Amino acid sequence: MAEHLLEVRNLSVDFHTAAGTVSAVRNVSWHLDRGETLAILGESGSGKSVSASTIMNLIDMPPGEIKSGEVLFEGRDLLKMTDEQRRELNGCRIAMIFQDPLSHLNPVYTVGWQICEMMTVHDVPGDEAKARTLELLKRVGIPNPEAAMGKYPHEFSGGQRQRLMIAMALALKPDILIADEPTTALDVTVQAQVLALLEELQRETGMGLLLITHDLGVVAEIADRVVVMNKGEIVETGDAAEVYRNPKHPYTKRLIDAAPGKGETRDEEDRLGEPLLRVDRLQQHYGGFHALKGASFSIMPGETVAIVGESGSGKSTMARAILRLDEPSGGKVIWKGRDLLQMTSKELFAIRRDIQMVFQDPTQSLNPRMTVYQIISEAWIVHPDILPKARWKDRVAELLVQVGLSPEMAKRYPHQFSGGQRQRIAIARALALEPKLIICDEAVSALDVSIQAQVIELLDGLRRDLGLSYLFIAHDLPVVRDFADRVIVMKSGEIVEEGHVGQIFDAPRMPYTKALLAASLDPDPEVQAARRNARKSEGLVPA
Amino acid sequence: MKKFIGKRAIASAISLVGLVILVFFLSRLTGDPTDLYLPIDATQEMRDKFRELHGLNDPLIVQFGRYVWDLLHFDFGESIRQARPAMDVVLEGFRWTLTLAVVTMTLVTVAAIVIGSLAAFKVGGVFDRITSFFSLIGASAPDFWIAIVGIVIFAVQLRWLPTSGTGTIWHWILPISVLFIRPFGLILQVVRGSMITALSSAYVKTAKAKGVPPRPIIFVHGLRNAMLPVITVIGDQAAGILNGAVVVETIFGFPGIGKLMIDAILQRDFAVILAAIMVSAVAIFIMNLLIDLAYAMLDPRIRY
Repeated sequence: MAEHLLEVRNLSVDFHTAAGTVSAVRNVSWHLDRGETLAILGESGSGKSVSASTIMNLIDMPPGEIKSGEVLFEGRDLLKMTDEQRRELNGCRIAMIFQDPLSHLNPVYTVGWQICEMMTVHDVPGDEAKARTLELLKRVGIPNPEAAMGKYPHEFSGGQRQRLMIAMALALKPDILIADEPTTALDVTVQAQVLALLEELQRETGMGLLLITHDLGVVAEIADRVVVMNKGEIVETGDAAEVYRNPKHPYTKRLIDAAPGKGETRDEEDRLGEPLLRVDRLQQHYGGFHALKGASFSIMPGETVAIVGESGSGKSTMARAILRLDEPSGGKVIWKGRDLLQMTSKELFAIRRDIQMVFQDPTQSLNPRMTVYQIISEAWIVHPDILPKARWKDRVAELLVQVGLSPEMAKRYPHQFSGGQRQRIAIARALALEPKLIICDEAVSALDVSIQAQVIELLDGLRRDLGLSYLFIAHDLPVVRDFADRVIVMKSGEIVEEGHVGQIFDAPRMPYTKALLAASLDPDPEVQAARRNARKSEGLVPA
Repeated sequence: MKKFIGKRAIASAISLVGLVILVFFLSRLTGDPTDLYLPIDATQEMRDKFRELHGLNDPLIVQFGRYVWDLLHFDFGESIRQARPAMDVVLEGFRWTLTLAVVTMTLVTVAAIVIGSLAAFKVGGVFDRITSFFSLIGASAPDFWIAIVGIVIFAVQLRWLPTSGTGTIWHWILPISVLFIRPFGLILQVVRGSMITALSSAYVKTAKAKGVPPRPIIFVHGLRNAMLPVITVIGDQAAGILNGAVVVETIFGFPGIGKLMIDAILQRDFAVILAAIMVSAVAIFIMNLLIDLAYAMLDPRIRY
């Protein structure tokens, strides 16, 4: 049998916690060769990062314990080496980049120093390290590399920070680069650029690339082979395109089916009459910075309007301004014929129950010290006229059933639920006030794909049953495609394009919308390959 | 930066004015120094003369006006007890206290940071448990008790060190050791906690993935990030000593500003009380400013 560059054999890792022993991975085996890109695909809790952490010696023991297995790098078992020997390999032969580059770069040292350190700990003389750092910064496309050397991580944008991480990881031309969710925290256009950079660098150096991701689109874009993991075990492995076309394991099938953006877009409906909400030239200035430069749109009853845009486009600012969570600087928000921005705080209080909000991170937006019953019923303490106290218990049970949970869960606390269940609780809380409009600010972004699909389905069902309207703020275009009636594309505080969902996705007019669509990743490797070629030939990747 | 220092100076000056007003009137509430300084059988004539000499006959508000006027001319008044400028008396004491504070806090800082960082590296290990045990005792032991036990053991029984006073380097050892224990225990706990957070951070994971050995991970990557809360506590503890380590200075007969202040209050030596308060207030202002500057130096995200 030919020797692989890296081979993991029958790896089992346990974590001993207060609640008992958890097997993070069981009997995992895979291999990686030179010049190849292997993707480990899985949802949260699947154990997809554990083998990478084992390779890098990043598992804290205790609580971790490597029960069995071998990790062979060029035929030598890493697990039998001393810490010192493994430190020599780390960074030099095997390097790693992570999901969130801001927290993974040391905030108090300059990026120049941090990249140099990669080389100096592996015995490259200081002067040479400096010269090479400069070259690396140029290579990964950091503007003005000389000045960048002396800057700190917080002075760069998210995409630039990931480029810095890549520069650091590739400083010693490693044989293997492990990328753990390298583009998850990035905007779509930046994601496309970073993936393209990784691919280019792989071609240049011939390194093996191990990509850990939850995103089928990323797999389709860059992976040769894929390992699908679920609950600590490998369920399927094979050629990336082949696995997508003919998934063998039911879990893989479910995962592929759950990927958003494949269904039919919603039919265009003529909605006549008064809009539910009309936003007129809404502005928001923070000092000299104009976060919203006069945006206007309206939402009809029963309609789902999506606002898409990258970070800094002003989409969340819009949500906060509409609700007057931040006082807007100008414009009008007309609700049932009256301007919300002119209302006294008492009038506004009465209106607030009509417009509810669901936030991105349910872990942070639910009070950890309140039971689900308290969280949901709190709305009725604030607005006592909605429901007499005698009926609270029944109504909480009813709402929980409505969002797909069971009534006995009312006694539990938020930490006893999974991420998707918590978001359901947040939705139940919003529904408690019987709102007409729910503003969802990235409400499904933090959830796994399969959970995401379920929550979207829930929201859509509620719209049909209760006649709700949604203002759905998202950066993820495929999710919007499945769910929205109308789409508003925002950039730098302005509305770039607005139209029916079919028109935006199938016949975008504005170059920015086209670029966004071109950069977003399709889970189908063939579609993705075609899109990549089109992008290259048309030069559509925005800088 | 200059603007920041200026703003802070103005804010501190305003509080200082308030403090001086408050202390001026409150200290007069303690009574008339004449009764303390003259014998019980002193004649009324002698009493009047003493009062006249120290300006105690005028209404309080007139005394205050005169005091402020003198202050504006950098005249801080005379010590009744020592019959020389109050500021001279205070600065003499302050020099002792400052030396005590600087030496003690330097030793505390270095020891607490090194030991606390090493304890944080292997949480729950033998070294961590031993240091936690002793630092907890240190942080909770009352210093007057340690001082007296120290004197009994090292001065009375072993006769290694002098009981009190100043003069040789040996005189410094007991006061510094006693002052060392509590801040050391406290700061060590803060360093340990802060380092545990820093060492479990994502950037330390990156450093491990780069192949950085443990020592630079602790002292280069972890420590600088962990220092901010530590500096706050160091400043707080140093301020405690600068304000006069009253108990320790009194027990060891150490002529610092704390002992001076207590004596001045007992002797109703008003000018000395006020001068001492102003000196320690200025010292604490300067120290807080240094701490703020240290923040900005350690963390590039903080800019004034």
